[in-house]
Amino acid sequence: MKNPLDTLWGTVISGLVLTFVLFYIVKFAMQ
Amino acid sequence: MEFLQLGIGRWLHVVAGVMWIGLLYYFNFVQVPALAAAAKDNTGAGITKHVAPRALFWFRWGAVATWVFGAVILGQHFLEAFLFLKPAYYPIGVGAWLGTIMFFNVWVLIWPNQKKILGMVQASDEEKAKSRRIAFLASRTNTMLSIPLLFFMTASGGLFRTAVWG
Repeated sequence: MKNPLDTLWGTVISGLVLTFVLFYIVKFAMQ
Repeated sequence: MEFLQLGIGRWLHVVAGVMWIGLLYYFNFVQVPALAAAAKDNTGAGITKHVAPRALFWFRWGAVATWVFGAVILGQHFLEAFLFLKPAYYPIGVGAWLGTIMFFNVWVLIWPNQKKILGMVQASDEEKAKSRRIAFLASRTNTMLSIPLLFFMTASGGLFRTAVWG
């Protein structure tokens, strides 16, 4: 599989996915 | 004291952060594609000689200033944020950890390898090729991490505060 960080779009999409994942982890932990 | 810590401290944190992340985006969105294009007609020497060293100077010291002023803002709550001791500090704790990982990448992975790539430190062609890959991936990792970083920096004062205190 190609490393998503090799392309700018792969990097940005990875960052967005990570944002959503961390957001829901923190939101769940705060409840 | 609070004005210095939360007013001036936050202002300088944002100024330094714009410098750091602005140059990170410059490297990833402008310089890397520009050097790839310049390699085709051999016109990249000016960028690597005159632009990259200056950009890297402000980039790495911007990272230092951003981290230091971030720590100043956290102040007495530094450990509560970093060790996730209180739920209210979870969002900024995540932001602080992302910023710290990025700071580590700048000083431990990007800068030492860039010195080899730019010829500031002696390195063989093989070492340079390896350094190029490490610095590239560390820089791309920081670009990826900057997206949740900026979310948690801004959301900790907005979205999450509303979620916790209404």
